[in-house]
Amino acid sequence: MSVLDAKVPEGPIKDKWTNHKNKINLVNPANKRLIDVIVVGTGLAGGSAAASLAELGYKVKAFAFQDSPRRAHSIAAQGGINAAKNYQNDGDSIYRLFYDTVKGGDYRGRESNVYRLAEVSANIIDQCVAQGVPFAREYGGLLDNRSFGGVLVSRTFYAKGQTGQQLLLGAYSAMNRQIGKGKIEMYNRHEMLDLVVVNGKARGIIVRNLITGAIERHAAHAVVLATGGYGNVFFLSTNAMGSNVTAAWRAHRRGAYFANPCYTQIHPTCIPRSGDYQSKLTLMSESLRNDGRIWVPKNKEDVEKIRSGQIKPRDLSEEDRDYYLERRYPAFGNLVPRDVASRAAKERCDAGYGVNQTGEAVFLDFSSAIERYGKEQANVLGEKDASHDRIIALGKEVIANKYGNLFQMYEKITADNPYETPMKIYPAVHYTMGGLWVDYNLMTTVPGCYAAGEANFSDHGANRLGASALMQGLADGYFVLPYTIGDYLADEIRTGAISTETPEFDEAEKAVKDRINELMSIKGSQSVDSFHKRLGKVMWDKCGMSRNANGLEEAIKEIRQIREEFWKDLRIPGKANEFNPELEKAMRVADFLELGELFAKDALHRNESCGGHFREESVEESGEQQGEAKRDDENFKYVAAWEWTGDPGEANLHKEDLVFENIELKQRSYK
Amino acid sequence: MSDKLMKLTLKIWRQKDADSPGKMESYQVEGISEHMSFLEMLDVFNEQQINQGNEPVAFDHDCREGICGMCSLQINGEPHGPDRGVTTCQLHMRMFNDGDTITIEPFRAKAFPVIKDLVVDRTSFDRIQHAGGFISVNTSGNTQDANNIPVEKENADKAFDAATCIGCGACVAACKNASAMLFVSAKVSQFALLPQGKIEAKDRVLNMVHQMDEEGFGNCSNTGACEVECPKGISLENIARMNREYLKASLTKE
Repeated sequence: MSVLDAKVPEGPIKDKWTNHKNKINLVNPANKRLIDVIVVGTGLAGGSAAASLAELGYKVKAFAFQDSPRRAHSIAAQGGINAAKNYQNDGDSIYRLFYDTVKGGDYRGRESNVYRLAEVSANIIDQCVAQGVPFAREYGGLLDNRSFGGVLVSRTFYAKGQTGQQLLLGAYSAMNRQIGKGKIEMYNRHEMLDLVVVNGKARGIIVRNLITGAIERHAAHAVVLATGGYGNVFFLSTNAMGSNVTAAWRAHRRGAYFANPCYTQIHPTCIPRSGDYQSKLTLMSESLRNDGRIWVPKNKEDVEKIRSGQIKPRDLSEEDRDYYLERRYPAFGNLVPRDVASRAAKERCDAGYGVNQTGEAVFLDFSSAIERYGKEQANVLGEKDASHDRIIALGKEVIANKYGNLFQMYEKITADNPYETPMKIYPAVHYTMGGLWVDYNLMTTVPGCYAAGEANFSDHGANRLGASALMQGLADGYFVLPYTIGDYLADEIRTGAISTETPEFDEAEKAVKDRINELMSIKGSQSVDSFHKRLGKVMWDKCGMSRNANGLEEAIKEIRQIREEFWKDLRIPGKANEFNPELEKAMRVADFLELGELFAKDALHRNESCGGHFREESVEESGEQQGEAKRDDENFKYVAAWEWTGDPGEANLHKEDLVFENIELKQRSYK
Repeated sequence: MSDKLMKLTLKIWRQKDADSPGKMESYQVEGISEHMSFLEMLDVFNEQQINQGNEPVAFDHDCREGICGMCSLQINGEPHGPDRGVTTCQLHMRMFNDGDTITIEPFRAKAFPVIKDLVVDRTSFDRIQHAGGFISVNTSGNTQDANNIPVEKENADKAFDAATCIGCGACVAACKNASAMLFVSAKVSQFALLPQGKIEAKDRVLNMVHQMDEEGFGNCSNTGACEVECPKGISLENIARMNREYLKASLTKE
């Protein structure tokens, strides 16, 4: 019997959430005013949770390391948010969204959580529109939709290529209303450095004021971690520079199990890297795959000519192009899920068909779409005899309306005009499906400590579908946590205010201060970034798109070596008691160096291929699916939740068996 | 792709903390590729400073793709530098030439006090939003169906354009009066253009403008520098709309 109790409610899947809500304990409004809740992180999950909990009447303290809650990295999400509204009358339903998400996650997510996510998805759109989020609309004034990878319906709501921004500003505005009323106390430029556990319950956090360097104690009856993903363990990713694992990792070290750390999403359409100085990678939204076609030249001679600039991509005739996604996956074509599209790009580039100098790029081409839209628009305008130039001009306008800001972003970075020449793209680390293990109520294995959004592991299995991260963040914050946390807090109404003057707070504060002192006193010779880059290279080379046992064993050794060297030879300029970005980075990288090892350990133990986790040892050998990833349900149909025991290499594995009662386990086929 | 490497002189504002006086200091930096972003150039500069035992220069940044609004910098006298429609993190070194001297200062305004070097405190922007930058609707699974609130596409698009403001503060830094009118009017306009926002329109504009004045931002004298420097192209029309909203609210509010 596993120690992990997911607390999934009884009953048919479609009734679970409703029944659970009906039975859950409530806190009366007068008592809510006496209860403190800490929310760490102010992205979609944290921002929406903080606002909703404050509306309910709890006393909320919210924390962000940025200078304003509006800057959390949810802001950068581009393409859209899924919801089972079926506005397009194309056969969508709660069940279909649920099915697509479980299948897209390669059957490594928990059915009950995913169903609930699909169930509340429609409410999210209603809520956001009521808040004034300006989604894209059609001429009739109603909401517009588009398609994303891994599905056959149009259920994605969007605001040009800035959907995350608009949704986050919606949650931020809801927070602002509560901050203005004094119901949320906002702490900007504060970073959580430890979780305080008293008598087995999460009772507070230790934070560093990033302006003064002061170490502060904050107490509460419950702590919500909405601190995002850990993609920056790879150094280069589409994450923001500050995105980090520290809050989640510190909770892990205090008893929260870390689930499926090896499940990483490598996004297929990012701008390729250009040099060693590169600090981050920029995503080009998956929505572009609605209209862009991905290809490389069919013949190696053409590859050479394109690389050397002898011919331009547009010079190559249709017959000489290999639209490899359309060729390999005729049913889904360019809209296969992200893991499949990324591996296919890597396969072509490894085979020598990469189209830029580094050999690590494929084309994303909009010329067909420009022509198609141009013709459509000419018809709408009644220009039956429009010239080719006119059609192209009209088509460009349509594309600019849909993706204008993305095209501009691409041009500013690469100095290439994607209206005239195909974009060059390559996969990059984007999202982490793994995270803190949570039960159905989003509570971690530390009672009173919750994890929401990308910080938890729960909904996306081994691969997340496009436009589902925004959905999950807001579902957790607006519609799940406000209910489930009440169930826990109902038992806390007699507890009274939590004091910060206890031995547990003393111990946690001292641990934080000791760690800072130790880092500052190394006075070695190498910068934080130099260590971070070395860690990132090991992760990318050995724990990236393709993994094998040898490489993973080497990775574990190398990460341990880098970690040892880090603690001996790190140089942090300045002092601890002042604004010190190098110290901030050092604390984050110290934790990445531990997480990285657990990541590799998890990837090594999971000797199957599933979703974003591709093991070279586990591939279909024959038949229609030859060469595709091979899942092993007999041995690995579980969540791997790791318990901290003092060293990441010695973490203890706990398994939560995944039960599929509503969806048949099948080979995931997009052919 | 050329490998042209540049050598530059950087004149950077250094200031220990809010209470200390600051001054411009000159530095040399070498090996700068034209493909680097401006912030990657500063990364290279800082790495060199750390290796030489000096203190790196502090600057704000996060997403590095032009959307979070965290990065700032007054570069050669212009917020976000010489390119148009970009934030500093999207500015590329191909906009500069070998041998150039580049002046880098923090965004300057009374309402944006310096925290350290190039880092400023923009929480005054947040406080303006607390005063009214929202629609008063609680989280509920029972709001009406989203399509029950149709919005004319033209208004929806204009509301969206106003809502793309990233709150970076370039408008304030560009303005000789350090006025925040473009920033405030973007939020007022977004909601004024949507049916959902009409109900609280009067209180919103009055409260936000009041808070803007409290924070010590200057008055608008219609020079339009803010619109030119805004990385998101927020239009001056929004200021006109806010003035109309403000006048209407002032005259009719009981």
